[in-house]
Order: sequence, then structure tokens, then C-alpha cells
Amino acid sequence: MRLLQIPAVVLKISASMKLFTIIVILSLFLLAGCNVHIDPNQPMGMIRIKGSDTIVNAEQMVSEEFMKDYPQVFVAVTGGGSGVGIASLINKNCDIAGASREMSKKEINMAQKRGVNPFEIVVAYDGVAVIVNNNNPVDKLTIDELRKLFIGEITNWKELGGQDVPVVTLSREVSSGTHAYFKEQVIHLGNKLSKEEFSPKTLLLSSSQAIVEEVSNNPGAVGYLGMGYISDRTKPLALSKTGEEYYPPVMKNVLDGTYPLSRPLYFYTDNEPNGVIKLFVDYALSEKGQRAFEDSGFVPMRKNVARKN
Amino acid sequence: MSPGKISEYIIESLIKLSGLIIVGFVILIFLFLFRDAVSLFGGYSPGAFLFGRNWLPISEPPQFGILPLLIGSVYVTAGAIIICVPLGVAAAMYIAEVAPKSLKHILKSLIEILASIPSVVLGFIGIVWLGPFLKNTFGLTTGMCGLTGSLLLAFMAMPTIISISEDALVSVPRTFKEAAYGLGATKWQMLWRVMLPSAASGIIAGIMLGIGRVIGETMVVMMVTGNAPVIPESILQPLRTLTATIAGEMGETVSGSEHYYALFAVGLALFIITFIINLIADISLQKARK
Repeated sequence: MRLLQIPAVVLKISASMKLFTIIVILSLFLLAGCNVHIDPNQPMGMIRIKGSDTIVNAEQMVSEEFMKDYPQVFVAVTGGGSGVGIASLINKNCDIAGASREMSKKEINMAQKRGVNPFEIVVAYDGVAVIVNNNNPVDKLTIDELRKLFIGEITNWKELGGQDVPVVTLSREVSSGTHAYFKEQVIHLGNKLSKEEFSPKTLLLSSSQAIVEEVSNNPGAVGYLGMGYISDRTKPLALSKTGEEYYPPVMKNVLDGTYPLSRPLYFYTDNEPNGVIKLFVDYALSEKGQRAFEDSGFVPMRKNVARKN
Repeated sequence: MSPGKISEYIIESLIKLSGLIIVGFVILIFLFLFRDAVSLFGGYSPGAFLFGRNWLPISEPPQFGILPLLIGSVYVTAGAIIICVPLGVAAAMYIAEVAPKSLKHILKSLIEILASIPSVVLGFIGIVWLGPFLKNTFGLTTGMCGLTGSLLLAFMAMPTIISISEDALVSVPRTFKEAAYGLGATKWQMLWRVMLPSAASGIIAGIMLGIGRVIGETMVVMMVTGNAPVIPESILQPLRTLTATIAGEMGETVSGSEHYYALFAVGLALFIITFIINLIADISLQKARK
């Protein structure tokens, strides 16, 4: 049987010498590249930001502006979900954790056990939008109807006055802060003791963009995501707590709290931020940084509030 | 000792060392997985882990039943095998014996290109095109289902199966073929009754390698199968696989938490499954050789 042929390895000295020379020259170039002009009076360093997919685009915009103003600070932004950010803050793998939910008691305990002292900063406000396909005639729901959709009690849109199309519920993965928020506010209706779960038929998608894709292709799909992901490819629903007045997820309704699924977005750092991290946090809270959040579809803060755990 | 002997000795021991290192790695990976996986069973019963029907890792109290994930993996893999094995072996037979020489080269390089498509690209194609297409064709509630994953995985395993099977077919001694023709066999009889059985061991090895790739593949299934942790009734329903669970949740677990250990236990289950498959492949190879 001839699965793999092992070629005879012949190393010619001249060839390896050539390779060696090339490597030396290349590494000289690399060293030369590092040797740019460094101004010791300017702040320098590296900031690792990880966490919520909801705000990752806004973080990216802020960090790009920030790196223009402070060229010697390098900011690395990664998404993955609030849980990912918080876990890496606890594991000391990032400097700032972006989160679309509060840290849980369990997480704070775990952090303190590892010598990490989480410090909470509210950076913007967001509404969790519920989106359906553009061809779905339903355009408003009460929170209770929404809950019945996601726990699998309502399985066809005609029960809500829509077409005769089976409901497909879409959720984010369990690492998502929006998942945790939605579970708490909609599935549990804010009741901490509730044991209700998402219907096991709910699809768990790994990004908000995947939810947009599926909803725009599927007339029976319903999903939730941060307001920043609303586009004309899908239809956001107006929601109501009581069934009297319905509010669409727009900036004004989030600001005055009438939209039922409004929430703050957080940065978490280990202890009060200092050095370049403080510089970045202040930048994000400044007018310039807040404009980036606004451009990404979030509600900027009128007053900068920072509170401690 | 002559210089030639010395260099021979050095090369020989280097090769021996590489072999030993691989064995060491496998053992270390197993021990590492085993250590963290067993930590779960301090507070969680192995029976509830293996036969639990609910995977609810962040609920209070959490439930780590991997039955839906296990069945999800089996469905997707079985679907992929049913699609890719007949197609792959037939394609290998065509390339090895039937195709004209010029076409043969084109086909072989195309298959190599197919092998080099990154899985995330296939996943993307699955989300925007294959999923909606299957949904409309079969009238499904959603295109994010096991079949979408199976089709894409079959696509990924095909190059492995084709190239190894083709290799095995080409290396069947010419005399076998000539003898078959000499006895008056048609081309099809020769291929089916002579070539295929004599190349069986190589073809089985190719299939097993393909299956190994399918079971371990993560990105594609995470993107297109919907990841609903429910025991699927058919392959046309959304499902969640073992690999997608680890990839989707590993990032958010704090090392040392119960959820973290549960994911390691899932990894161990996966490791044992692939081990068994490899063992079966080995045994069947041995038998085919005899």
C-alpha cells in the first residue's frame, strides 16, 4: 500500500547557507522596523479588550480613533460574548472586559478568589431589539407573548394574528450577555427564582450577524440582538410590558426608559483603571468616544456615571 | 566509526525521538483531558452526564446531559458518511481507471483545491446559500439543520477519501488487471470485482480518515446546524454537536468551574469516540491485509 511516500531528504549545504542568509537579512529588516522613533513623553503600552459582541463594533471604532491620537498605544479588540470577556478578566487574559450584562455574584466571588477586583463602568445604553422577517405582518408584541414564543408555548405565527407559519426562535449562545439579559428579563420576567428555560428547539447562533442572516431569510424566524444590529434587512418589533402602549426600539424610548428591554453596557476592569487603561476608558466616555457609540446605534450617556462594586 | 555511520546513527536516533515524542503527546493530551474531565464527576454523576437529556450549562443548578449532543454528532456524521463515501469512492474509481489522462490531471488538482477551502468559508456558504436552499426545497422551518452540516462536511471529507482511495487503486499491481481482462472481464467487472477488493485496505483507511475529519470538524457545524441542544427526530432538524458545544462555550468558562470541567468531559467523550473509530479502522485494515 502506498499511502505516503517519504522523499529522500537531501540537504545541500549551499542551499541551507542561502536560507540562513535570507533569514538573517529578514530579521535585520524586522529589527529595523521596530526601531521607529519612540517619544518617551507620550503614553505607550498595549490594551486588550475582550467581550460582548453587542458592543464590539463600537469598541473597535473607539479604539481606532484612540490609536490615531495615541500612536504608541496598541489596542486589541476581540468579541466572543460578555461571558468570554468576564471569564478572561478573571483569568487575567484581558485588561477591559466589555459586557452587555452585569457581572453575577458568582463571577465576582470567583474573581476575588483569584485576586481580581472587578470595577464597573457604564459606557452606554442599549435596547435589546426583537427582530422578525420583513414579510412577517406582526409588528408588535407584549413581553408575555414574547416569552411564550421563546419557551415554545406559541408555535405558529397565526396565534399572534400573523400568517400560518411555524415559529423559529433564534437565540445567541450561552456566552452572550444578551442571552443572559433576555433570559432574565423575558423568559424569567425578572423573577430571580424562576426556573423557566428557553425552548430546547431554540437555535443557538454564535453571532448577532448570524441571527440577522437567518431572520432575513426565514419568514418564521424571530431573534433578539443589540440595537446596533438593526438594519432594513429585518423588522424590529415594538414591545409593551402591559399591552397598552407599544414602543419601538429607538434611541428616545431607550433614553426615557419606556422601551421595556433597555439596559446599560459595561466595561469591567481589574481595580480602578490607571495608566493607559484609564486613558482609554476616559476616551470612551469623552464626547468623541460617546459619538462612536452613538454611530454604532447605541444610546450615549448624558452623564458619565461610574460606580464601584 | 566512519563519518557515514555517525551521521546515520544521528539521523536514526532523531527519527526514533520524533516517533516517541508523538506517542508522548498523545498520552499527555489524554491524561490532561482525563484529569480535568474527572473533576466534574466529583459533584456530578457520570450517569446523569452520559444519559441526561438536557444540556443547560448556565442554569441554576446547571444540567450537563450530553445525550442530545452525542446524538447530534452521530446524526451529522452518519449523514456526511452516507453522502461522501459512495461519491468519494466512485470518483476515485473514475479518476484511477476511467478518466482520460488530461482530465485526470485537471480533476486531481481541482480536488486539491477543494481540500484547501477553509471550513469557515464553507460555513458561510452554508448560512447564506445552502441553508435557505434546503429550507425551500424540503419545506423546512429553518435551513439551519443537520442535513446542511452533513452536506458541507461530506464536501470536506471528500478530498481525503478520493485521493487516498485513488492512490490505493493505482497501486494495485497491473497483472491483476491484465488477468481479469484475460479472463474476459468487462471494465466494470474488473473494477468492481478485482480492483476494489484488492485496494480495499487503502480505501477503508481513506474512509476512516475522512470520518475522523468529519467528527472533529467544528466551525462548519457550529455555523450551520443551529446548535439547538434538543434530541433530533430527524436529520432535517436543528441539532447541536459535541465539537460545537466545546467551541461555543469554552471561551466563557472560568477555568476551574463546573462548566469548564463539563466541557473537558465532552472533549474526553469525543476523544474516546475517535479512538474507537481508529481502532475499528486498524482492525479492519489488519483483516483486509490477510
